Amino acid sequence: MKLNRNLSQRLGFGLISLMATLTVIPIIVVVIYIITQGGGAISLQFLSGFPHDGMRQGGIMPAIVGTFYLTLGTAIFSVPLGVAAAIYLAEYAADNWLTRTIRIAIINLSGIPSVVYGLFGLGLFVLFLKFGTSILSASLTLSIMTLPVIISTSEEALRAVPQAFRTVSISLGATRWQTIRRIVLPEALPGIITGVILGLERAAGETAPILFTGAAFFLPRLPNSVFDATMALPYHLFVISTQVPEMPFQIQYGTALVLIAFVLGMNLIATVVRSRARARRQW
Amino acid sequence: MNKIEIENLTLQYSDGNESLRNVSMGIRENAITVLFGPAGGGKSSLLRCLNRLNDMADVQTAVGRIMLDGENILDPKTDVIALRRKVGMVFARPVVLPLSIRGNLTYGLEVMGESRRSKLDDAVERSLKQAALWDEVKDRLDDQAIALSGGQQQRLCVARSLALEPEVILLDEPTSGLDPISTAKVEASLQELKKDYTIILVPHSVQQAARAADFAAFFLQGELVEYAEGKSIFTTPVNKRTEDYVTGRFG
Repeated sequence: MKLNRNLSQRLGFGLISLMATLTVIPIIVVVIYIITQGGGAISLQFLSGFPHDGMRQGGIMPAIVGTFYLTLGTAIFSVPLGVAAAIYLAEYAADNWLTRTIRIAIINLSGIPSVVYGLFGLGLFVLFLKFGTSILSASLTLSIMTLPVIISTSEEALRAVPQAFRTVSISLGATRWQTIRRIVLPEALPGIITGVILGLERAAGETAPILFTGAAFFLPRLPNSVFDATMALPYHLFVISTQVPEMPFQIQYGTALVLIAFVLGMNLIATVVRSRARARRQW
Repeated sequence: MNKIEIENLTLQYSDGNESLRNVSMGIRENAITVLFGPAGGGKSSLLRCLNRLNDMADVQTAVGRIMLDGENILDPKTDVIALRRKVGMVFARPVVLPLSIRGNLTYGLEVMGESRRSKLDDAVERSLKQAALWDEVKDRLDDQAIALSGGQQQRLCVARSLALEPEVILLDEPTSGLDPISTAKVEASLQELKKDYTIILVPHSVQQAARAADFAAFFLQGELVEYAEGKSIFTTPVNKRTEDYVTGRFG
């Protein structure tokens, strides 16, 4: 009997660790495949030059810059709004139907397909508000898509701060706002930053939301205002993979490699922030 | 002289549990008043009324009055921030804020808007000396407070309340997580502190109640059963239920 229990435990753990290992394999394979196929395309000229010859030659610099602009624009709109909403939900909101409605809305927002956000952005920002196909419209669209991620991860980070800190701070004569600003927010900050980066990372890699709102097929120059359209890595990848005949596949994979490096780089920053904070954390 | 007069206080939480039933008692200045009794008796609830920390809980009704220096602190118009400066609190588990030792001590003053370095430094030194912690930490005030031992942390919490120069100090089982040596240190500092402050203590045992009390109030299920001088209540209790509890027949 005893042997059986130990045996089944070992079998169970073995199976679980096998499953866990299996999940890592696809990501490793994808990364290796893209590096081997696209690594040769990477050069200074590829990273810093404009595409030419119908994008079959040259670099992808405007797409890199464009994705950077879009990510930055998304951050400018979604971070203050998202963090503020999270603070409200975690610290101030009473548990009533309004709060529950807001929470349900947020959960549902994160389930909406990204192409629907794109269409919504087209209707609201491009046409109704007359921002045109622009960095502004695309950033706003991406912001709305990113908000649920930022709100829910930030709220979680705030809730993880022990209640006792708040009680003590209040008992020392601090107001609730002072308590949040001086104690709760600094403690929750690493978690919030992680959530923000994860949200922005998704925004950086999306094609559908910017398809109708700000992405350009090809631009011979960099955008010089927020009302200009811009090239962007994911859309550029889509274009050169499907819209351009006789495209050298090395450039396709090179572009994919740059996009993946961009996103994984942000991921790495999030991981470093998180582990540093964990090492320092006292609770 | 009585610092606090509690008059017909009844407290009820939203979940329907009645926490205090028509409690009236006066609390003497410069003395240690002990609130003791089995769990669920309403001691902590009463404590949390005295600095309005109960505002954070789901209190449904609080009727009656609590007069502190002649003013009813249950009045909605009461400035609770000023009240909490006047009435300090130490909790059962030492909760140091995620700041340095110095940062913990100056926190209360800083949120009041005090930024003068000399004032803050004075408060740090004075409060640490009062809590008998100065010698142990004076060389490492900028270390994280969490690095201190449990006993030191709890004395830091006492010092943190004292830094605000309160008039009343509430202690909710301040030694429940401490070893006997640390407990003795905290108890000894309370005996010193009562010369300057009004101290209200919820002890973690009847023995501690008997050691510390100048006055003692026995609470049972929200009711104040007996309130007398410490000397008499633990030796010659008047009420049968008090006697049963202090002699260990229940609880």
